[in-house]
Amino acid sequence: MTDTTPATAERTALSVRDLHVYLGESHILQGISFDVPADGVTAVLGRNGVGKTTTMRALMGLVPRSRGTIELDGEDVTRLPTHAVVRRGVGYVPEDRDVFAGLTVEENLRLAERGGDPRYDLVHELFPELRQRAAQRAGTLSGGQQQMVAIARALLNRNDLLLVDEPTKGLAPLLVTEVAQALERAAELTTIVLVEQNLSVVQRLARDVVVLDGGRVVHAGPAAELLADPEHVRRLLGVHGGGH
Amino acid sequence: MSTFVLLTITGLGLGAMYFLVASGLSLIYGLMGVLNFAHGALITVGAYAAWWFGDQIGGGAWQRLLIGGLFGIVAGGVVAALIELVLIRPLYQRPVEQVLVTVGLALALGALVQGIWGADSQPFPLPGWMIDTTSIFGASVPNDRFVEIGVAAAVLLGLTAFLRYTRFGLVIRAGVENRAMVSALGIDVRRAFTIVFALGGALAALAGVLSGVYFGVVDPGRGTSLLIFAFIVVVIGGFGSIGGSAIAAVAVGLIQQYANYYSSSGTGDLAVVLLLAAILLVRPGGLAPKVAH
Repeated sequence: MTDTTPATAERTALSVRDLHVYLGESHILQGISFDVPADGVTAVLGRNGVGKTTTMRALMGLVPRSRGTIELDGEDVTRLPTHAVVRRGVGYVPEDRDVFAGLTVEENLRLAERGGDPRYDLVHELFPELRQRAAQRAGTLSGGQQQMVAIARALLNRNDLLLVDEPTKGLAPLLVTEVAQALERAAELTTIVLVEQNLSVVQRLARDVVVLDGGRVVHAGPAAELLADPEHVRRLLGVHGGGH
Repeated sequence: MSTFVLLTITGLGLGAMYFLVASGLSLIYGLMGVLNFAHGALITVGAYAAWWFGDQIGGGAWQRLLIGGLFGIVAGGVVAALIELVLIRPLYQRPVEQVLVTVGLALALGALVQGIWGADSQPFPLPGWMIDTTSIFGASVPNDRFVEIGVAAAVLLGLTAFLRYTRFGLVIRAGVENRAMVSALGIDVRRAFTIVFALGGALAALAGVLSGVYFGVVDPGRGTSLLIFAFIVVVIGGFGSIGGSAIAAVAVGLIQQYANYYSSSGTGDLAVVLLLAAILLVRPGGLAPKVAH
C-alpha cells in the first residue's frame, strides 16, 4: 500500500485511521486510513462496490463502525451519533440525494437550517431555480433539481467539511457542469470530500485523491499526479484517464 | 331516513375514536418504525385514570369528566413517554424484540388494571346533557356522539396545523420519509421519537376517555378491541398519514354500522376486513403511504 497522506498535507480537516465497517457478514471497509487536508477538494475514487459510499456513511455515523478512529480537526468523533457529527460542522450530500419528497423545496431547506444566519443568498446565487420552485414538492422535481436541493441543504450552513457522494450520478452533461461549478464555488468556502466517478469532474475540482479497492486504500496523493498517468488510472480504476 | 341518520352519526362517533387511536399509532410507526402493540393499553390507562381521578375529586358529572379526562390524557402521555424512554429506546433496530416488549407490556398493563379494579365494567361519569338526545331529521341522536365527533375533528385540525406549521411538525414529516437523513441534517431525531410517542399516548388516552363517554362504562378489554380496528384504519389510511387515518376511520366506523344494521348483526366486522383486503389489493401502501400530512 502506498503512503495514505496526500503530499500537499497542511492543516488536517479529517483524519481516518484503521476504519473497519461490517454490513451484515460483509467486511466492507477493511482498515482504511487517510487524511484530508483543510481547504480544497479531496476525491475518493474507486471501482463500483469498493466501499466509497460506505466510507462516507461511516464518516457520518450512518453505519456502525466496528474499529478505528475518525477525527475532525483533531477531535475524535468516532462514537458520536450522526446529528452530533453534523453539529460539529459537517455537511452531507448523499448518493441518492434523499430529498424529502413530500416536503416543498422551501421546507427541505428550512429543515436543514442549523442555528442563525442560514446562507440563502449563496444557495440562491448558485441555484436561482430553487427560489422559483420554493413552493414545489421536492418529489416532483427532476433528478438535477433534486441534486440542487441536496447540495443547497449542505451549503446552507457554515460547515467546515462537506461530504459529497456522487453528485453528478445520472445527470445530463449540462447539469454536470452546473453541479461542478457549484462545488467549485463551495470549495472556496469549505473543505470537501467528494466521491465521484466522472474523472473530468475530479480533474476540475480535486487537489488530492484517495483510491479505494476491496475496502482498502490503495493510493493517496495529488490528483494531478494520478490523472497525468493514464496507465496508473486504468490499473486503479479500470477506466481511461482524462475524463469520460 | 331517521335510522340512516342515526347510523351515520353513530358511525362517525365510532370513527372518531378509531381516528384518535390510529393517528398516534400511525405517526409512531411512520416515524419510528415501531409497531406499538401496547397502544391499546394506553387507551385503558387513559380511561381508567380519568374514571379513577374523577371519582377521587368528586363533584358534578361535568367536573369529574373534564378534570378526570384531562388527568387521563396526561397520564397516557406520561406513561407513553416512559415506555419509549425505558423500554423502546434500547431496542431500536431490533423490531422482533420491540414487538415482544410491546405485546408483553399490553398484557401486563391489562392485567394490572384488572388486578386493581377487577374485570367488571365501571360506570363512567356522564353529564345529563350527554345522555339526552337531539332530534335530527327525525332521528334521536345521543348528544355524546357530537362530543366525540367534535373532539376528533378538533384533534385532526390541531394535528394538521402542528405538522404543517411548526418546526417540530416539519421534523416529524421529514422523519416519516427518511429518519437517517433527518439525523444527517443535524437533528436529534430521538427527541422527536419521545415526543411523538407521548403525543400518541395522550391521543390514545383521549380515545379511552371518549370510549367511556360513548359506552357509558370503562372496562379492561376496551383498549384491545379498539386497537384491532385502529390497526386496520392505519393500514387502510397509510402508515404515517394523519389525513389517511381520518378518512379510513370514518369509512370503517360507517361501514361497521351500516353492515350491522342493513345486513345481520356481526357482519360489520367482516365488512371492515373485506374493505381492508380490497384496499391492500388496489393500494398496498394504503390511501396515503409514508407521508405525514
